[in-house]
Amino acid sequence: MARYSIYSIARNALKHHKDWPRQWRSPEPKPDYDVIIVGGGGHGLSTAYYLAKEHGITNVAVLEKGWLGGGNTARNTTIVRSNYLWDESAGIYEKSLKLWEGLSQDINYNVMLSQRGVLNLAHNLGDVREGQRRVNANRLNGVDAEWLDADGVKEFCPIINTSKKARHPVLGATLQRRGGVARHDSVAWGYARAADERGVDIIQNCEVTGIRRDEGKVTGVETTRGFIGAKKVALVTAGHSSVLAAMADVRLPVESHPLQALVSEPIKPVIDCVVMSGAVHVYVSQSDKGELVMGAGIDSFNSYGQRGSFHVIEHQLGACLELFPIFSRVRMMRSWGGIVDTCPDASPIISKTPVNGLYINGGWGTGGFKATPGSGWCFAHTVAKDEPHPLNAPFSLDRFTSGALVDEHGAAAVAH
Amino acid sequence: MSRVNRTSAGGRVDRQKILNFTFNGVRYTGIQGDTLASALLANGVYLVGRSFKYHRPRGIVAAGAEEPGAMVQLEEGAETQPNIRATQIELYEGLKASSVNVWPSVDFDISAVNGLFAKIMTAGFYNKTFMWPKSFWMKFYEPVIRRAAGWGRAPEERDPDLYDHRHIHADVVVVGAGPAGLMAALEAARAGARVLVVDEQSEPGGRLLSEKRVIDDLPSEEWIASIVEELDSLDEVTILSRTVLFGYYDQNYLCAVEHRTDHLPLANRSGQARQRTWHIRAKEVILATGAHERPLVFADNDRPGIMLAGSVQSYVNRYGVLPGKQMVLFTNNDGAYEAALDMKAGGAAIKVIVDVRKEPGSVADEAEAAGIEVLKGYAITATRGRKRISSVEVRTVQKGARQYTSAGRWIECDLLAMSGGWSPVVHLFSQSQGKLAFNEEKSCYLPDKSVQKQRVAGSAGGEFSLAACLNDGVFAGRAAAKEAGFLFKTPPLEPVVEAPDPGLPEPFWIVPGSVPVGEGSAKHFVDLQNDTTAADIALATREGFESSEHVKRYTLTGFGTDQGKTSNINALGILSGLLDKPMTDIGTTTFRPPYTPVSFGALAGRNLGRWSDPVRVTSIHDWHVDNGALFENVGQWHRPWYYPKEEETMQQSLNRECLSVRKGVGVLDASTLGKIDIKGPDAAEFLNRMYTNAWAKLGVGRVRYGLMCHEDGMVFDDGTTARLAEDHFLMTTTTGNAAQVLDWLEDYLQTEWPDLKVYCTSVTEQWATVSIAGPKARKLLGKLAPDMDLSPEAFPFMSFQEGTVAGMEARIFRISFTGELSFEINVPWHAGHALWDAVMEAGAEYNITPYGTESMHILRAEKGFIIVGQETDGTTTPQDLGMDWIISKKKPDYIGKRSWSREDTSSSDRKQLVGLLTENKDEVLPEGAQLVFDRYAPVPMPMVGHVTSSYYSAALGRSIALALVKGGQAKEGEVIFAPLEGKTVRAKITGPVFYDKEGEKLDGEV
Amino acid sequence: MLLIKCPWCGERPETEFHYGGEAHIERPENPEALSDEEWANFLFMRSNVKGLFRERWHHSNGCRRWFNVLRNTVSHDILAVYRMGEKPPVIEPAEENR
Repeated sequence: MARYSIYSIARNALKHHKDWPRQWRSPEPKPDYDVIIVGGGGHGLSTAYYLAKEHGITNVAVLEKGWLGGGNTARNTTIVRSNYLWDESAGIYEKSLKLWEGLSQDINYNVMLSQRGVLNLAHNLGDVREGQRRVNANRLNGVDAEWLDADGVKEFCPIINTSKKARHPVLGATLQRRGGVARHDSVAWGYARAADERGVDIIQNCEVTGIRRDEGKVTGVETTRGFIGAKKVALVTAGHSSVLAAMADVRLPVESHPLQALVSEPIKPVIDCVVMSGAVHVYVSQSDKGELVMGAGIDSFNSYGQRGSFHVIEHQLGACLELFPIFSRVRMMRSWGGIVDTCPDASPIISKTPVNGLYINGGWGTGGFKATPGSGWCFAHTVAKDEPHPLNAPFSLDRFTSGALVDEHGAAAVAH
Repeated sequence: MSRVNRTSAGGRVDRQKILNFTFNGVRYTGIQGDTLASALLANGVYLVGRSFKYHRPRGIVAAGAEEPGAMVQLEEGAETQPNIRATQIELYEGLKASSVNVWPSVDFDISAVNGLFAKIMTAGFYNKTFMWPKSFWMKFYEPVIRRAAGWGRAPEERDPDLYDHRHIHADVVVVGAGPAGLMAALEAARAGARVLVVDEQSEPGGRLLSEKRVIDDLPSEEWIASIVEELDSLDEVTILSRTVLFGYYDQNYLCAVEHRTDHLPLANRSGQARQRTWHIRAKEVILATGAHERPLVFADNDRPGIMLAGSVQSYVNRYGVLPGKQMVLFTNNDGAYEAALDMKAGGAAIKVIVDVRKEPGSVADEAEAAGIEVLKGYAITATRGRKRISSVEVRTVQKGARQYTSAGRWIECDLLAMSGGWSPVVHLFSQSQGKLAFNEEKSCYLPDKSVQKQRVAGSAGGEFSLAACLNDGVFAGRAAAKEAGFLFKTPPLEPVVEAPDPGLPEPFWIVPGSVPVGEGSAKHFVDLQNDTTAADIALATREGFESSEHVKRYTLTGFGTDQGKTSNINALGILSGLLDKPMTDIGTTTFRPPYTPVSFGALAGRNLGRWSDPVRVTSIHDWHVDNGALFENVGQWHRPWYYPKEEETMQQSLNRECLSVRKGVGVLDASTLGKIDIKGPDAAEFLNRMYTNAWAKLGVGRVRYGLMCHEDGMVFDDGTTARLAEDHFLMTTTTGNAAQVLDWLEDYLQTEWPDLKVYCTSVTEQWATVSIAGPKARKLLGKLAPDMDLSPEAFPFMSFQEGTVAGMEARIFRISFTGELSFEINVPWHAGHALWDAVMEAGAEYNITPYGTESMHILRAEKGFIIVGQETDGTTTPQDLGMDWIISKKKPDYIGKRSWSREDTSSSDRKQLVGLLTENKDEVLPEGAQLVFDRYAPVPMPMVGHVTSSYYSAALGRSIALALVKGGQAKEGEVIFAPLEGKTVRAKITGPVFYDKEGEKLDGEV
Repeated sequence: MLLIKCPWCGERPETEFHYGGEAHIERPENPEALSDEEWANFLFMRSNVKGLFRERWHHSNGCRRWFNVLRNTVSHDILAVYRMGEKPPVIEPAEENR
């Protein structure tokens, strides 16, 4: 496989770029594999990569029903951060962020990680209390975190409206300077290329329609391209976790909801960080093309439709203009929806299942993209060793029975 | 420069009304009816902008929404708007515009140097480089890339304009007021349907405005006027012009944005909303959205002066402008010939018509008869001209060849009109979840399977001749009205029209040059805005990106502000050739809202500022404002936070407020607490199931504190509930949770236990609550309620009485959130202010002191009382809070109980509520501080809990804190540390009650 | 924005309602008799159907009634609404697959 560099580009330019090899092969499925990964999104592909790289397991197929990275990998707002409250979450998201920080070099593919800083705004005294709690917890967990007061917010991101007269005034914010954004498509493609290079078969347009078991143990999957045998099957199908799990009669504590996002037309740089506000439901960053990239809360109802209700978008833009009045004449260029699989505690599942040889990774809710490297790294370990890594052990399915939830909804935000 | 390219007569413009405008600092004039694009062309301005990546000179390509390149920065200062298409800006007096993303000027743009590196800047090149050395990405490469990003600039000031929203229901919504749409609207309207016509242009007519046609013996302009006149005369018809239907959602819910003032001079805009978002519910929808013309992809097809043929026709016929004087037409279909004939009639010279087909239709004969040279079976293989096209090279088509080796001939020109056929505007159909199918015969994607109550009419459905469009409209209008329940009294309209048949195009997705595509220096542009070339698409497929979505994303085709209106189809055509797959197997991409960009302001409407979220205030609010209170947002409520006096620090104010409660009497506006009236024979049983403690035996007139959990056993809300009568309770909830608690109660009543006879009613805003607290509270209340016996025996703690207070009928609850003697006096909401005044007046002799939420928090913390949402965070059980006393052991089942016996929930090592006393009594721990036992542990430090509440207590003369600590209830007396930024604070674990542990103060001064 | 037909008030926009998740998950008669697994199944496990789904809505900004809706989670088509306590209507497979 050709190594990517400015020299290889220059060399190829002389040959009219005719000699670039495929970034990944398009092989026919083999009759059986050691591991089949169902789902060719970022998490599935990174799982395949780390299975090969960390555990030497290369007889692996990634089965994707459509095109690689076409699910939530292509639909998220690309935010990367690790400033989670609980130790369990900080552990896995910080592992992920550390992997992000060397990812472009590791997989020889520029994923354009831009650590421009993530602000989480506080709009009332409860927010302030919870924000400071998180900063303290992050610091002691070795996750970089700062607390900014309203003036500090204004200094860090001058276009935010910090007027005290605002309906929901900005009282302060947490800041994670190592947080930022990355180029979503590149993550999928880069992992695909790196996994392929290590021998993983990436098979697109191959939908799994059944999971075959024998005496409580997985033996393979039925697909639109026939049966494919496997010793282990790993489900990484964000947006369809319940549907796939149901094929093996596994019930999940998951509900699927639409999550919408939008971009503005490209404008010259105006905002050099990521701004998130849970209280007024909006998050904003600006892409390297100049688009404002914005998301909001999820739609309330269950859906597999990859679209939500328009009033959510309108509400989000109202919130956006409260924070950034100068965006009023900027225009929405494109809006879309994805399906997020949400767990009751807003934390993911990376787990063995009651079926031998069947593993599941899902339930990331709105936060999966940032976890792509760490999720795959932990899941690869879980699949390879048939037991969770300490980093993902707290995210096993049995927590729903024991009650050991990792509730990341944040404070109940209830006021007296 | 004068208007060098204006024709002498004709078009939808008023030559008498001269308009002055400025472009890139140069003053020009246009006329009423112009767009900025037509006015620029009239003035001989061809170079309008630069391309994204290579900064190549770009001009005006189209005449409408599909324009890929000619974006400008419109106006300046607070009114500026980025990226507005010149083709969609109606010219007005005084307009100012400039090119975007150019420096220092569009004529001399320094970034054009990028063109030298064009060979390197292929699709996806950024994935392959900028990685070494690692630190350079953030320090150098990305900042450079970011600086180059974006087109226009956002304003730097607040938007001076207003926006609003309207909602409308219609029987039949017609999108597009072209020939098909007008026919459909008229038929549906004649049937009596409520019809809404939405059209993006300044006037109805659509494509007819650009073509010279005769319908029913009327010139098209007059025909349009006659139809519009009849529609206007019907009460149930609304025509919204300048209105873009941008989103088509489930259940025939459509959204449109009406541009109400954008066409007016700035000075004339005040007094009305600039834009209005319409939310439309339709029984039936007719999509008559027309078609967009396709460019042809050939070498250096991006120079200013290369335009779509139909748009050229628009400029000459509708705007009276000749976009060039020496025109070449390049086409693969018959329809485009008319552009040449119309231009010739307008005074331009037609240098040659280049038709890729060997055997064009009879229009070629007509053109030849008119003296125009027609090159059949030829294609354009190169162009020249730096800032405007100056000549084209033509060669004979060599079908299937990678390069054309036939002899080249250069032809001079200043305008190249091109047509690759037309693409139906299926965006809204696709948004509505309709499925598209590629039609081989017509060589375009057409609506196939519809899932909503809709139909497609005219060229949007693949009917490209005018006669067919009109008939299609008639049919659709009648069908829609019938489906909506209307009967016809009139026979179908039968418009008679004579118009040339545009025929069908011969697909011709890419024209090679004398060297294969991708070799040599020429570029074959597919997406003019994002500078995507045919070679980029080839590179993508070579690298394994074969899905149309992958190709789009790898090459960025269709990701510009035009969302690929002219480029997507050509990209798919080229992809089809590269993969050697038929178009039907390539698949299209999904169209997403909005159809064209919509301002954030229009989408937000009036839901800004104080309307962004309702503000709730109590009936006593004005007093708080008048007396200098600072406020805290609590849910939607504005509550007094504290009442600073001059020269006081916040802490001094709090000390004063708290001490007044401890030593005299304080008063709190507690009206915001949620109040739910619960009535019915089963009310006590219902409370038994919802609360963790027992309610059956609570006597009438008594009050009890209750804790509510979710099924998972975690605390959800708390409050006191009084038994007003055997079957009647009044529940209070936390301020922020009132609505959720009511929903929660109703959920169980209606879905789990419909057999229980209980009714719940929110009475939060029926009762104003004035809470007086302090040793002197009884004396104070005694003055106001002389008829009541307030002695501890007659009115004990946790009881309730009705009585007359200050002449008002009141409910008085003797409960306490401060530990002091306290009465919560409830009067009807409207009487709240009067009661407050009476309390203040009567309390003057006791130096009564109003206190806010912050002092309330301190006072309750001194007593170790929890606040839901502060001591709890959704992961806290009653046992964690040390509130085992409120957990019924006898009741067989209630909400939350079952979950407590789970492994983790029953663990003794859970985080439990404790008090903390810092070693230094003046040191107030920050709330949210994390706690550790081993202050020297390395990071990540094992954390055992956090500080939930922390204050300076004036009553105790020291700081106090509440915290949740792992196994804390068994660790009283142990030392714990709070490692803060820069220092570590040492504290001792205590019980959570700091003040009056024995409860001796409850009865106050007797 | 969904248009939901409240069984008491008629068709109203989605913003008047609150969503209540999967319908017909009955609270166990005697929770104490359940194993932790069975209790977890009631508390957290959901069918999360792709396709025809029986769900609850609450007309919280209207009549405050809870009711059930039969909705396709892919097309968002609402096939039926029915009151609490009523049996879900039987839907023909052809309609279900619409």
